[in-house]
Amino acid sequence: MTEAVITVENLTMAYGDFLIQRDLNFTVNRGDIFVVMGGSGCGKSTLLMHLIGLQTPAKGSIFYGEQDFWRANARQREQIMRRVGVLFQSGALLSSMTLAENIALPLMEFTLLTSRQIAKMVSYKLALVGLAGFEDYYPSEISGGMQKRAGLARAMALDPEILYFDEPSAGLDPISAKLLDDLIKGLRDSLGATVVMVTHELASIFAIGTNSIFLDPETKTAIAAGPPRQMLAESSDERVIRFLTRDNPKAELPPLEAIS
Amino acid sequence: MTPPTWLATPNGENCLNLSFSGDWCLESIALMDLSALLAELNERSGAQSVVLDGRELGRWDSAFMTFLLDFKQGCAAHHATLDISGMPSGVRSLLDLASAVPEREGARRTASRSVWLAEVGETARKLWADGLFLTRFLGETTLAGFALIVGKARYRRVDLWLQIQECGPSAVPIVTLISLLVGLILAFVGAVQLAMFGAQLYIADLVALGMTREMGALMTAIIMAGRSGAAFAAQIGTMNVNMEISALRVMGFAPMEFLVLPRMLALILVMPFLCLYSDLLGIIGGGLVSVAFFDIPVTQFMHRTAESVHLTDFFIGVFKCALFGVLIALAGCMRGLQCGRSASAVGDAATSAVVTSIVFIVVADSIVTLVCDRLGI
Repeated sequence: MTEAVITVENLTMAYGDFLIQRDLNFTVNRGDIFVVMGGSGCGKSTLLMHLIGLQTPAKGSIFYGEQDFWRANARQREQIMRRVGVLFQSGALLSSMTLAENIALPLMEFTLLTSRQIAKMVSYKLALVGLAGFEDYYPSEISGGMQKRAGLARAMALDPEILYFDEPSAGLDPISAKLLDDLIKGLRDSLGATVVMVTHELASIFAIGTNSIFLDPETKTAIAAGPPRQMLAESSDERVIRFLTRDNPKAELPPLEAIS
Repeated sequence: MTPPTWLATPNGENCLNLSFSGDWCLESIALMDLSALLAELNERSGAQSVVLDGRELGRWDSAFMTFLLDFKQGCAAHHATLDISGMPSGVRSLLDLASAVPEREGARRTASRSVWLAEVGETARKLWADGLFLTRFLGETTLAGFALIVGKARYRRVDLWLQIQECGPSAVPIVTLISLLVGLILAFVGAVQLAMFGAQLYIADLVALGMTREMGALMTAIIMAGRSGAAFAAQIGTMNVNMEISALRVMGFAPMEFLVLPRMLALILVMPFLCLYSDLLGIIGGGLVSVAFFDIPVTQFMHRTAESVHLTDFFIGVFKCALFGVLIALAGCMRGLQCGRSASAVGDAATSAVVTSIVFIVVADSIVTLVCDRLGI
C-alpha cells in the first residue's frame, strides 16, 4: 500500500537572495520513516521549516495528500497542521509550564475533553514516552533526554498522522538514542503514523529509516534518494558514500538484525 | 462514524468476554462518561479473567487507549487477569509501550497545602537570602571596580561603547519629552499658588531649583530604571537561561567584570549628562509656561533663574544622578544574575529589576536630601 502523504515538487528554498536548496522532488508515503540527511548547513532544518509551514518556499509546492499547502488559505492550513506533530531539536517545551500543562495545551484548545479526561490523556502520553509520574515537573528540572521525550509526548498529544523530528537523537547518549529510535519505530507501527526525520545520526538512519533524501550543500540540491541501505549499496557518488560510511568506505555495515 | 458500543458476555464461571465495536476516538467519546462503564465492568468482573475482543473495533485513538489503561488498572485492582490477544496489534504494542517504563519511585509530586505561617516564614527567609545576595553582590562589584582601577578587569571595550550608546543617546528623546513636561507641570502647579500673592515672578526660582536639585535627577533615574535597568535584567537573565554565563565563567571571565562593569560604567558616565540635559529642558518648559500664560518677560525669567540657582544645586543633582546610575545598574544586573531558567523567570527578573531600582532610587534620594539639609548645602 503506497499512499502519498507528502509530495514535494520543484521546491526551491532561499533566504532572500541566498539560495539554500533548489529543485527538490520527493514523496513521503504513509507509514514511511523518511530521513532527510546531509552534512551540516545543507538546509535540512530549513526544509523542515518549509514542510511545517514556518517558512514560505521561494518556488515550487508542497502537497499534503492532494492539497497544496502554500496555496491553501489560512483555515485549510490550520486544518492540515492539526494532523501534524513536531518535535523540535531541543524539545521546545514551554519553560514556564509543567510537563502536564505543556501536553494539555493542545488538548484543551482543540478537543472537547473534560479536565479529568485531559489529565488521563496526559498521563497516558507521558507513560508512552517513559515519563510516568513526571506530570508536575518543569522542563528545567529534568534532563535533556527527558525533555526530548516530553517534547515527543506533546507532539503526539493530538494523535497526529504525521510526526516531524528535528535531530531527535542529537545530544543523547547512544543507549537513550537507541531507545528513542525504538520508540519512534514502535509509535509508527502502532499508531500507523508517518514519520519525517531530519538527522545525520548514521545509526538511526540505518536502523529505522525506510526512505530518505540526501541534500548536498555544494550543488545545493538533492544528490541521492531511496532507502538508506539501498542508497549506500547502489550509489556511486563519492559524497554520499563518504557520508554514509563516516569517511571510511571500507567499513562493513552491521547486519540489519543486529541493529533492530 | 459509528457510535462506540461494547458487549459483555459471561464465558464460563470465572471468565468474562468483552467485545468492542464502533469508533472509539476522541470525537466520539469525548462527551461520553466512561466512569459509569468502568464501574459496571469492575462490578461484574468478579471474574478471574477478562478476555478482550477487538475484531469489530472501528477507528480508535488515544481516547480508547486511556480508557483501556484505566480498565487494566481496574482489573489489576480486582486481581483479574486481562487477555488482550484479541485486540489489534497496534493497541497491544501501545499498551506494552505505556507500561514498559514503570513509574519511578518517588518521582510523583503531591501537592501540599501551604499554611499562612509557613508562607510568612518562607517570605522572611527569602528576604534575608536576598539581602545576603545583595551584600555579596555589592562586595563583588567593589572588587571588580578595584580590578578596573588597577587595569586588570577583563571586559570588552566595545561592550562599554555599545552600552553607552544604548543608555545615552538612545534615551535622549524620552528624556526630552518627560523633562519638558515635568517643567511645564511644576510651573503650572507653582504659579497658581504664587499668583495668589502676586508673586508669579518666583515661578522661575521654583522651577529652576526644583529641576536642578531634585526633579531632573529623579525623572532621569526613573526613565533609566525602566529603560536600561529592565534591559540589563532581561539580557543577563536570558544569558543565564542559555548557559552563556556558565560559558563565560569557564573561559575565565568573571561575569562581574565582563557583564556588570561595562553596564555600570556606562550608566555612571552617561547619567550626569542626561541629568544636566533634563535640568535644561525642565527650565525651558517652565519658562514657556511663565511667558505664555503668566505674562513674565523672557529676560526677567532668565534673570530670576540665574539669580536663584547656584552651581552647588547643579552639582547635587548631577551627583545624585550618578549615584542613581550605580543603583540602577546594580539592581538590573543583580536581578539578571539571580534569574531562573525559564521564559517567565526572565520576565520576573525584568519586573523586579525596575521595582528594585525605583525603591533604591527613592531611598537613596531621601538619604541624600536629608544629609544635604543637615550639612546646609
